[in-house]
Amino acid sequence: MAAAAGALRRLVRCGPQQGLGRRLQLRSGIHGSAPAAVQVTVRDALNQALDEELERDERVFLLGEEVAQYDGAYKISRGLWKKYGDKRIIDTPISEMGFTGIAVGAAMAGLRPICEFMTFNFSMQAIDQVINSAGKTLYMSAGMVPVPVVFRGPNGASAGVGAQHSQCFAAWYGHCPGLKVVSPWSSEDAKGLLKASVRDDNPVVMLENELMYGVPFEMSEEVQSKDFLVPIGKAKIERQGTHVTLVSHSRSVGHCLEAAAVLVKEGVECEVINLRTIRPMDVESIEASVVKTNHLITVEGGWPQFGVGAEICARIMEGPAFNYLDAPAVRLTGADVPMPYAKILEENCLPQVKDIIFAVKKVLNI
Amino acid sequence: FDALDSFRVSRVVVASRNYADFASEATFDIKKCDLHRLEEGPPVTAVLTREEGLHYYRTMQTIRRMELKSDQLYKQKIIRGFCHLYDGQEACCVGLEAAINPTDHLITAYRAHGYAYTRGTAVREILAELTGRKGGCAKGKGGSMHMYAHNFYGGNGIVGAQVPLGAGIALACKYFGKDEICLTLYGDGAANQGQIFETYNMAALWKLPCIFICENNRYGMGTSVERAAASTDYYKRGDYIPGIRVDGMDILCVREATKFAAEHCRSGKGPMLMELQTYRYHGHSMSDPGISYRTREEIQEVRSKSDPITLLKDRMVNNSLSSVEELKEIDVEVRKEIEEAAQFATTDPEPPLEELGNHIYKNEPPFEVRGPSQWIKYKSVG
Repeated sequence: MAAAAGALRRLVRCGPQQGLGRRLQLRSGIHGSAPAAVQVTVRDALNQALDEELERDERVFLLGEEVAQYDGAYKISRGLWKKYGDKRIIDTPISEMGFTGIAVGAAMAGLRPICEFMTFNFSMQAIDQVINSAGKTLYMSAGMVPVPVVFRGPNGASAGVGAQHSQCFAAWYGHCPGLKVVSPWSSEDAKGLLKASVRDDNPVVMLENELMYGVPFEMSEEVQSKDFLVPIGKAKIERQGTHVTLVSHSRSVGHCLEAAAVLVKEGVECEVINLRTIRPMDVESIEASVVKTNHLITVEGGWPQFGVGAEICARIMEGPAFNYLDAPAVRLTGADVPMPYAKILEENCLPQVKDIIFAVKKVLNI
Repeated sequence: FDALDSFRVSRVVVASRNYADFASEATFDIKKCDLHRLEEGPPVTAVLTREEGLHYYRTMQTIRRMELKSDQLYKQKIIRGFCHLYDGQEACCVGLEAAINPTDHLITAYRAHGYAYTRGTAVREILAELTGRKGGCAKGKGGSMHMYAHNFYGGNGIVGAQVPLGAGIALACKYFGKDEICLTLYGDGAANQGQIFETYNMAALWKLPCIFICENNRYGMGTSVERAAASTDYYKRGDYIPGIRVDGMDILCVREATKFAAEHCRSGKGPMLMELQTYRYHGHSMSDPGISYRTREEIQEVRSKSDPITLLKDRMVNNSLSSVEELKEIDVEVRKEIEEAAQFATTDPEPPLEELGNHIYKNEPPFEVRGPSQWIKYKSVG
């Protein structure tokens, strides 16, 4: 836990020589007989996952804008085109609807494509292919036509990119049966979920976060293994607690942990749940936690109406955990406006650590 | 389903006939195709064997009667929702299939019953899907617009969306290196969809083995081609992609053109575009009488001068490939087959309620799916 919080405060951006090279450096005898945990950025974790899955299964290939010769708009696919070539790493023209449909068709015909959206904002152009072609076909065909495709890319707010480039699509895709939707926070999440998504026989939407790409996390030896997967549909308790449950996904998980680190000094122990998967959502983990803590706060970057937090609140009301709530469940979300550009405005459009602390105290009446 | 089995059945029935009366094959002149960015086009003659002719005739007649039966069932309210009928266009789906292998791939839009049949789905399964029964080819869960078969990817409801899908299937063909191609169909209405032009670009760039096929039946729902397209030369709309315009009412024309295009794709030259000029007798769907935007005279003229089944029949009879009596016997058999299929489709039970939750995810341990309330849950298996 301390390592993760420390990593957040550092916000180190790894340069191009990091990642694999650095991993080997740390492995070579420095730690003696102790397990060789390493610091890996989310970017490098994704890169490793892509590399490993491309190597493991010939049917896997990556397509999207700038993924090949540019090494990826955000360098997630760095080095892969050089290693795997034109057949496996495909640069597309700026034609989201077209290339997304092509990815879906390729999946229907037996390949296992990874379709990158430069950001999920651009996926709106192609959303018909994601939902109607990919999401619904297995059902409409009564099981005859599976669609093993992964749609991935950065989702949600970045830094100063303006309203059209900052939307969170967790609720949009999470709404649709037939899709799986995952949202990693840490490097372990990113690597394990991407690998699991590629191996899943269903269409998976993987919502990454651009601001997390450069953040390093400790990855244990187990997590570094080529067979390490994070199961889709299972949340992770990042921090055990007793007084209040904080449920979050993606970047907000880090803010919850920061808030928890401040609150612990005042004797408040927060339980922080990292959803990891939006659909199918692990409601049981949330319920078990609320039964224990009696207080629930959801934290997300997306807009409030019809959002992830709204769904969690509704589900808690329907289940056994409702009777254990000592206060109404609370949602922290993005502000209900298109994202403004000016830094002070943008900062105040997302739930900050101080907002989480405020909400915890409100809910606990302290 | 062995397509020639039906022919063998008919041979048994007419065993008493003297086969020396019939020619084994005949050669026909077919209309020259208009060409775009091509020096040469498909041949202007075609050889039709007796065996082929009987097979094409039976197949087209089966589709014709199946669609007319669907019309009947829809008017009886036994088929619900959308129902887009293919009668008049039979030469397209049968001609295409005659030119490709079962290992090739095909995808089309929602006027798909004919293709579901030519790609191997039994008539009874098609009709039972239309009537929403468990014996339907998609267990009643898809309906008219969502029928699938081996190497047949539907049946797609969103106009134009099937075109990028088809190019993706073609990409898989090239990727796997098995010399297979994908036929990607769309209508004159869909031809103005932006995603189709995005697809043309990528298919040409990456030399995908994809034949883009525009079934131009002159009307996109109620809008004639002149009112929808600044250029109605659909075979040229691929710009840098070579194209041919084909008489879609002549099955031999369709077959020869498709063989030509298939060869082009298989040889690694990239995509090709085919425009099939065809006609639908019914309106856009069963809720469209089809006479507010076109005249009864026009429909009647096509029926009397260009009906694909009549054209084939006349050719075969006039060239001793068959006789009026033999073809009538096929008609009788086809009617019987359709009646039996309709009987099945109207008596088979609806899918059990338990089916509601199934097929959400593939290869997933069983889980629960929410119904209309928190107290109603369905089990889901893939």
